[in-house]
Amino acid sequence: MSASPRAVLSVFLIMLGLGPLLLPEFYVTLLNYIGLYAIVTLGLVLLTGVGGLTSFGQAAFVGLGAYTTATLTTASELPGWLAPFGHSPWLALVAGLMVTAAVAVLLGALTLRLSGHYLPLGTIAWGISLYFLFGNIEFIGGHTGITGIPPLQIAGIEVKSGREFYYLIWPMLLALIWATQNLLDSRSGRAIRALKGGTLMAEAMGVDTARLKMAIFLIAALFACVSGWLYAHLQRFVNPTPFGLGIGIEYLFMAVIGGAGSVWGAVVGAGVITILKQWLQDLLPKLLGSSGNFEVIFFGLLMVLMLQRARDGLWPMLARLMPVVRDNGMARPEGLPLPKKAMAQSGESLLVVKAARKEFGGLVANNNMDLTVRAGEVLALIGPNGAGKSTLFNLISGVTPMTSGEIRFLGERIDGLNSRTIARRGMSRTFQHVRLLPAMSVLENVAIGAHMRGSHGVISAALRLERAEEGCLLAEAARQIERVGLGTQMFEPAGSLALGQQRILEIARALSADPCLLLLDEPAAGLRYLEKQALADLLRRLRGEGMGILLVEHDMDFVMGLADRVVVMEFGEKIAEGLPDEVQRDPAVLEAYLGGVE
Amino acid sequence: MDLQIALLLGQDGITNGAIYALLSLALVLVFAVTRVIFIPQGEYVALGALTLASFQAGKTPGTLWLLLGAGLAVALIDVAGSLRSGSRRRIPGVMLWNLGYPAAAAVVVLLARPVEWLLPAQVLLSLALVVPLGPMVYRLAFQPVAEASVLVLLIVAVAVHLALVGLGLLFFGAEGSRTTAFGDASFQLGSITVTSQTLWVLGSSLFLIVALYLFFGRTIYGKALRATAINRTGARLMGISTVLAGKLSFLLAALIGAFSGILIAPITTIYYDTGFLIGLKGFVGAIVGGLVSYPIAAAGALMVGLLEAYSSFWASAFKEVIVFTLIIPVLVWRSLTTHHVEEDE
Amino acid sequence: MKTVSGLAAESILDVLDLSVAYGKVEALHHINLRVAPGQIVTVIGPNGAGKTTLLSAIMGLLRKTRGEIHFLGDRQRDVEVERMVALGMNLVPEKRELFAEMSVEDNLLLGAFMRHRIGFRDQRETMQDVFGIFPRLKERRTQHAGTLSGGERQMLAVGRALMAKPKLLMLDEPSLGLAPLVVREIFRVIAKLRQTGVSILLVEQNARAALQIADYAYVLETGEIALEGPSQQLIGDPKVVQSYLGLGGKH
Repeated sequence: MSASPRAVLSVFLIMLGLGPLLLPEFYVTLLNYIGLYAIVTLGLVLLTGVGGLTSFGQAAFVGLGAYTTATLTTASELPGWLAPFGHSPWLALVAGLMVTAAVAVLLGALTLRLSGHYLPLGTIAWGISLYFLFGNIEFIGGHTGITGIPPLQIAGIEVKSGREFYYLIWPMLLALIWATQNLLDSRSGRAIRALKGGTLMAEAMGVDTARLKMAIFLIAALFACVSGWLYAHLQRFVNPTPFGLGIGIEYLFMAVIGGAGSVWGAVVGAGVITILKQWLQDLLPKLLGSSGNFEVIFFGLLMVLMLQRARDGLWPMLARLMPVVRDNGMARPEGLPLPKKAMAQSGESLLVVKAARKEFGGLVANNNMDLTVRAGEVLALIGPNGAGKSTLFNLISGVTPMTSGEIRFLGERIDGLNSRTIARRGMSRTFQHVRLLPAMSVLENVAIGAHMRGSHGVISAALRLERAEEGCLLAEAARQIERVGLGTQMFEPAGSLALGQQRILEIARALSADPCLLLLDEPAAGLRYLEKQALADLLRRLRGEGMGILLVEHDMDFVMGLADRVVVMEFGEKIAEGLPDEVQRDPAVLEAYLGGVE
Repeated sequence: MDLQIALLLGQDGITNGAIYALLSLALVLVFAVTRVIFIPQGEYVALGALTLASFQAGKTPGTLWLLLGAGLAVALIDVAGSLRSGSRRRIPGVMLWNLGYPAAAAVVVLLARPVEWLLPAQVLLSLALVVPLGPMVYRLAFQPVAEASVLVLLIVAVAVHLALVGLGLLFFGAEGSRTTAFGDASFQLGSITVTSQTLWVLGSSLFLIVALYLFFGRTIYGKALRATAINRTGARLMGISTVLAGKLSFLLAALIGAFSGILIAPITTIYYDTGFLIGLKGFVGAIVGGLVSYPIAAAGALMVGLLEAYSSFWASAFKEVIVFTLIIPVLVWRSLTTHHVEEDE
Repeated sequence: MKTVSGLAAESILDVLDLSVAYGKVEALHHINLRVAPGQIVTVIGPNGAGKTTLLSAIMGLLRKTRGEIHFLGDRQRDVEVERMVALGMNLVPEKRELFAEMSVEDNLLLGAFMRHRIGFRDQRETMQDVFGIFPRLKERRTQHAGTLSGGERQMLAVGRALMAKPKLLMLDEPSLGLAPLVVREIFRVIAKLRQTGVSILLVEQNARAALQIADYAYVLETGEIALEGPSQQLIGDPKVVQSYLGLGGKH
């Protein structure tokens, strides 16, 4: 027996809705806490599971939310400018969100530029500091905390009992899950998912990765703050204990155990840990004969095992058990064509490299390299291993800065610009070592290429205000996939494609960016003979449309049959340039490839 | 604050700073070799101190059960792995180190009445119980995920930290312990009194740092560890296995941790969870050194000790806040001086 | 010594029907290759033909998908880098993989790590032998490896491998990125190593130089052995040139 995902979700929602009416008080309380924790964990799913960043300091953000509202709503007298926030918990929530945002932006600005492990370390330090700060400041009650926090009011009705609160917490959680799910299923969501594979590819597709990292860190912090605000008004008092580092670690465990790749993993993780904790706190002291937080031993070992054996967490396993039919009715997306840039006149110079030089330490990787790519031609760059071809590619696309020289694209200097800016001007590339997101579908991978042709951001994505644009982007991606001949595999995970096809996928992704110059790094590697023929045909068609193509390739049959002109490099310098036939008979080229004759 | 107090605080700061410096060296070492950000470093401090305290109190330290349990787990996993792959030549070695050694330790601890021993012998026995837990923890927790990202390794490290703290509570209880001082003499240096324990801490730290320096600079195993840190593929091609390097670095980390704990146990009361904060202060030092530079890490850790001592005078309630907020200017400085380059190819 | 039926007892390395795949794509198909004692065998071929993959699979840096590897007459069931090093197989990788922030001497010493671990204590003498082969390394012995020139780095990489007293030395593109004069020097040394009794498997793109010093050669093209034979025969073979430059290719 099986049902559609929608039916399963409906049953779940109905059960959630009826829960408090049927369950004893104890379980309602438990569910309330699960809901509160799941809100925090949801932020971590976005941050850690999807974005590949992490934080042990979420409990401190929860604390900021709780303490802000507690302080403002219980203060007998507030300075004039703060007074309005004290009158209503709802305004106090706004204040809490502002404080949290400020702290998160500061912390993010400090650590996000550094390599990945500085953020979690920074959040550990921040988690400890804030905990001690809460405990030592007199006017927020020190270690005893703040009591007498007023209840929430909605339309004049006080929300006091656990059952009433349930109907506040869970709808909020569900709304946030809905918004997060929307976000992930959007232009920004694809870019966030691309962060995990390193920023190189995302930047080459025009994604501002620094901004996105900050955005998800901020979102995760704000979710935590909301949870803290709810907590304060549910408990009606706060003290520092629930906001320490230990609880921050627990939140991360919830995300990992639930399944940090899925929004529902947050609910599963929060549920499992909360219930287990409750149960273990009863059981273990009896079993071990003394009192204490022994459940941490169990959680620690459980985490180690999960990370060794099932890094994706529980949700994927649960999802497989669900009686759900995946709807295979994945339709080819339809949407209006996106505006295209005007193509340059055939023969016009697109890219001009003059005297490019790159040194790594003392090593000269490129020296005095000149080349020109015109619209409507294929220029092949060949040379033995280690000749400096990939280095030159990276200089042109702005991945590494040049030591000296000049690069012009469409008449303007681009050396010194970053790869994102260069990509926006109409240069798109593929990578020698394929860089795609194996778990995402071919369609979604290719749609990352169209990123810079859309403009809607995180908030409109969360609220589904960008559906028209999203349709256009996906339709464009679908068109490019069909163009390169991967149409039948559009909905398969990119990782299931053969390596040669993954390279073709990268070409489709590059084409989705609407480039006038394509840089292809070994596109034919791993392809079979017929596939190579098809690729050559595709590149000829693109050339016919006026596209300029710069190609690094080892397969000489492929190169010589396709290229209009060939540039040969050795030791970082150009040793020959000309028509394929000329180059093949050039003695310097023969020597470079076959070695000197003594 | 007069000069007298300033000097006294300075003495405190340098003593604690020396311990943080030792820990920061261990943290840099473990990170360089295995890419593990070793959050549980501090737990070895607590285990070292509490084990020695148990001996002195005439109790059987819980560390023994930990050693027996971890050894049994390693032996089971390794023997099962050997049987599966059909290469049985490793089994005797595995059994000897993971079952034989802990059993021998148990016999000594249970029958030889360490409470009556001289301090140096008690110290050695404590180290003998705690240090093997380093490679065992590597084997159980980290070796199966050795190729995972730094982030995954960090989460595993945090999980191990939690488990060890919980086990510490189970085996040693919530009460703190102190051990007897290494000596009760004290010296007059100008206007301040220097206790012999301070000199022990400083002297031993210095000794350990010199010993580590010689180990890395003069011995082939030390050089092999450095080589692994510099170039893993190159090291593997020389036959230096990642597993060997990982276990060796964890062994050193456990040794440094446990010894640090033994050094400070006469000065500070150590609880089952004290190690964590001590370890984190070592971390602040290690981060000053960018997790790569040994001398800068040690200097940073010394600075943490001094900062902590002086802030405990000015604002004792905010001591921890000040120390951990120090990380912020450090991060600013690092983020301004690091040119983050994407891992390419 | 155990031998497997059908294999000559005196071969150092036998690769039988070896295939390696990255994901779904086979990078090497059905490779058969043999190195006899004291021989220099070369595998030449254009960029991207799978030469480095071949060495990595023999050394255990990569998992093979099919085939057998026999070393010193024994079939190696679990090909693992550390084990192969202990057995006497050493690889000088394409990227050299030196310990840049360590001295030349320490780099060499670590080359003998496995021998030291097994119990040999003859590192000093071996180092003198290596200095005999590469006098330049002796001059530079206190310098950091990272400060050496390209040619010196290659010498150090070869010297470091020789410290292990290998029975089979595998060299991955020793001429890569080196100026012609230096290449000549390196190849002169490789030719001379034959006298020390070590067998050599030389992977090269620089076909002419490799063929001149090798006894036997294989031409690798898109993951398959396209041609093999005594080196002297292959030097003049027009098909070798064809496979490199696609001259008059298959179209």
